[in-house]
Amino acid sequence: MANTVIFDYGAGNLLSLKIALEKTGLTTSIGTTAEDLAQADAITLPGVGSFTVALKRLSMVKETLQTKVTEGTPLLGICLGLQLFFESSQEGPGDGLAFFKGTVKQLPGMVKVPHMGWNTLNIVESNELLDGIAEGTYVYFVHSLYPSPQYSNIVVTETDYGTTFPSAVAQKNIYGTQFHPEKSGEVGLRILKNFAKTIIR
Amino acid sequence: MPLAKRIVPCLDVDHGQVVKCINFLNPKCAGDPIELAQRYSDEGADELVFLDITASSEKRDIMRKYVEGVAKAISIPFTVGGGIRSVSDARLVLCSGADKVSVNTAAVENPKLITELADVFGRQCIVCAIDVRRNRTSTDGKIMVETAGGPIWFEVVIYGGRKSTGIDALAWAMDAEKFGAGEFLVTSMDRDGTKDGYDIALTRNISERVNIPIIASGGAGEPKHLYDVFTEGKADAALAASIFHYNNYPIPIVKDYLRKMGVTIRQ
Repeated sequence: MANTVIFDYGAGNLLSLKIALEKTGLTTSIGTTAEDLAQADAITLPGVGSFTVALKRLSMVKETLQTKVTEGTPLLGICLGLQLFFESSQEGPGDGLAFFKGTVKQLPGMVKVPHMGWNTLNIVESNELLDGIAEGTYVYFVHSLYPSPQYSNIVVTETDYGTTFPSAVAQKNIYGTQFHPEKSGEVGLRILKNFAKTIIR
Repeated sequence: MPLAKRIVPCLDVDHGQVVKCINFLNPKCAGDPIELAQRYSDEGADELVFLDITASSEKRDIMRKYVEGVAKAISIPFTVGGGIRSVSDARLVLCSGADKVSVNTAAVENPKLITELADVFGRQCIVCAIDVRRNRTSTDGKIMVETAGGPIWFEVVIYGGRKSTGIDALAWAMDAEKFGAGEFLVTSMDRDGTKDGYDIALTRNISERVNIPIIASGGAGEPKHLYDVFTEGKADAALAASIFHYNNYPIPIVKDYLRKMGVTIRQ
């Protein structure tokens, strides 16, 4: 059975993601160490906590994570998990994982922050993560910051809220969503199922 | 398309059972939180709120059990409130699978609680519930609001409306936002259970003073009331209980109506 490790930064609710991933047929485990990650067939970085605290917890496993990703292990970052893929964040100090060039910025003050609720996906690039997902589909967001990549070729979907920002990014085996697929009903489960399909069993 | 307005059914839970929705003609409705959560989720609810009214020592175990059950059954966001007075109370609920916790009386009595919770869990999962009653007595230092019935101010009430606080709800909302609240659940005690519609002046006045989302609550009796609170009332989400429990206006009917009226609603 493919083992999907949910990395725990120690910040709270991992249960929603665990339950949703298991609904797609995956076996999951909660991981905190390099050893846990070394045994993973897929890795998810969940969306609870803060940039600086999460990076502190990731610092012990950074090399293992980088090796696994280079070897082709599928990686899914959700919300904060996606933001960690970039080089830095306006949320707090610390060097991100830098899988992608770019930064993480605060949403503009003219809209209510956090951006909380259901908003639409505008598909800009087809990707296996969005197999079966239609243009304009609603997904659930809860965030105050958004990714600002240096190169737009990783952007799969965009969403409008005060600004137009990338709501899903992908490159090879690295996938990230600014929304929460585990909280986006049937649509979200479909996206997680698509991620599960990329795992070599 | 802009952010969709949210339709939020509310379930009052007592000892792990949904109460207040006991419909003599339809005993299934008196059911368990997991079944109802599943039904509302299937019907297109955008989010759910559970208010736990159990007051007893076995509370924690009961709460943990049904919160876990709900988390397994649905994959839309849900908030749990009722008797959350500390970081450890909140942790129990969040680690059982809830996405947000709502605090009410405890936050009024100890506003630092909001900051403590936001620091640990992030402000996005801290809902500050405010119960409000209109007060017609002109009082110094209160924000007076003109209404059809004359000038009033909005007073915060606690302990389920049993205790008036003398606190101005508009001022409290601005403070609570600064303390770290991520969202407001604003309930009008005057309208609660009346089916006369939401207190539009209340939600609009709070919405215009803060920059975080507002869930309006109290008074929903028909779809038009939700339309009014989204447009005139400037609410981001509308909470309702009885119109959904009794199936007078099922969620798809309400959503269809709002969509036809031009409100952005999730398909």
